[in-house]
Amino acid sequence: MPTEPIRRAPRRFPLHWLGILPFAIFATLFLILPTMRIVLGAFQTPDGGFTLQNMLDLNTDSIRAAYWTSIKLSFYTAALGCAVGFAMAAAVVFGGLPKGVRSPLLTFSGVASNFAGVPLAFAFIATIGPVGLITVWLRTEFGINLRAYGFNLLSFWGLVITYLFFQIPLMILIITPALDGLKREWREAAAVLGATGVQYWRMVALPILFPSILGTFALLFANAFGAVATAFALTGPQLNIVPIKLFAQIRGDVLGNPNLGYALAFGMILITAGANLLYIWLRVRSERWLK
Amino acid sequence: MMRVVAWGVFLLGCLFFLLPLVGMTEFSLKMRRGVYSFDAYAAVFGDPAFWATFGYSLALAAATIVVGVVLVVPTAYWVRLRLPQARPFVEFITLLPLVIPAIVIVFGYIRMYNTSSFLPLTGSALGTDILLTMGYATLALPYMYRSVDTGLRTIDVGTLTEAAQSLGAGWVTILARIILPNVMVAVLSGAFLTLAIVLGEFTMAALLNRPAFGPYMQLLGANRAYEPPALAVIAFAITWGCMGLMQLATRFAKHERAKA
Repeated sequence: MPTEPIRRAPRRFPLHWLGILPFAIFATLFLILPTMRIVLGAFQTPDGGFTLQNMLDLNTDSIRAAYWTSIKLSFYTAALGCAVGFAMAAAVVFGGLPKGVRSPLLTFSGVASNFAGVPLAFAFIATIGPVGLITVWLRTEFGINLRAYGFNLLSFWGLVITYLFFQIPLMILIITPALDGLKREWREAAAVLGATGVQYWRMVALPILFPSILGTFALLFANAFGAVATAFALTGPQLNIVPIKLFAQIRGDVLGNPNLGYALAFGMILITAGANLLYIWLRVRSERWLK
Repeated sequence: MMRVVAWGVFLLGCLFFLLPLVGMTEFSLKMRRGVYSFDAYAAVFGDPAFWATFGYSLALAAATIVVGVVLVVPTAYWVRLRLPQARPFVEFITLLPLVIPAIVIVFGYIRMYNTSSFLPLTGSALGTDILLTMGYATLALPYMYRSVDTGLRTIDVGTLTEAAQSLGAGWVTILARIILPNVMVAVLSGAFLTLAIVLGEFTMAALLNRPAFGPYMQLLGANRAYEPPALAVIAFAITWGCMGLMQLATRFAKHERAKA
């Protein structure tokens, strides 16, 4: 009796799928249909006909500039996040640091990678904003006026520095297990064959790590590209990046054309989806070696 | 030499992370001229809007966790037990919220559930709350699913189900009294992460015009000087608390498994 339902299962095949019906309904209603609505809207005229005009209309100075700034912002924060995160993870894994620093660093990274959004902006305003801790300290102790050097937190580079606070920890969290996966034997084998440390890194370790690093880069890129709250709390609605522009468009149709808003959102999906697919694909590749 | 470089990199990195935390803490204490005081915190805690929005977000987080658990546990269980062929499909869906930015999802909600649609959820406050809860459940889906699925991997789902069935248990009993307690640690771990996500979330709540904690923080930031860093300190403590509880749950799980 107890095993009977399982044995009879193949004959009742369609009923099986009812088990994931609630999940399928949820996903359809709150994930797939809303997204489809945006994607379809990007290719529709206001009265519902098919058009490519919205896509062509994206090609204005202001929207092009917004995409370009967003792409640069995501690129710089992802590249710097990867570089610094890799350096810190490598320092902890290979640098001979005491074992005690590893676990706190990973715990802190877990917290910091989730400490994004509005409070993060407050923290940076209080630190390197116009009257922030470091700004005031540099001014009173050393007579250095950051503003006079052209630094402004509420600008592109200010945003880059702020985003790094969650980008670096994310890199540390993802790359540390990959660094752990580098086997001692590979290093020893390379040494036996006469390889120097640099040769080992250039010809063995980095090629193995490369998919992980590039994949994480793509993930960080998408992460920065879709972020709204930090930028909004930092600079308000002025800064011309895609998520802020879309936010303003949803609030009050600033573009004056709802379908152009859909096209703007569709462009965002294309970029984040592309970056994420790259991440997933590279992750699968990197797991071949780092099991 | 190598060790010196490693220490240098590590300490510089730590400095980058510590300075903003020191900065926000110091700034939050400076409300009273000339001396450090907790005035900013008193102002924050004395603001009824703080408690109202915080309570609202907390309630929404609870609802989100319930929806997430009711949705994810049976699905992940069923996929493991009977529908392994659906795994790639379900996993793909659970990854989608990481691929599609939250702002795009909520944009779709606003257009799909407006007052002239087949399901006019944004027409009433309760309807919008439900929509926001579903939105949060969507955002938390990747984490919740992966956590529960990993938890299910450590137990023998098939044997437990057969044993329960042979004792006369129905599906609801099996899920509520056999499967759920066995993956409780994974569920808790997902729940604390969901809590951290929901409490700080800004975009969805702001665009759906609901009085949540995220938009409240943003509004305060635009109008006040000393309260925002105090809020940041509070938010950081909350995030830290959620992650701490999550780690505690995981450590508890390892302990349990070691015993088994």
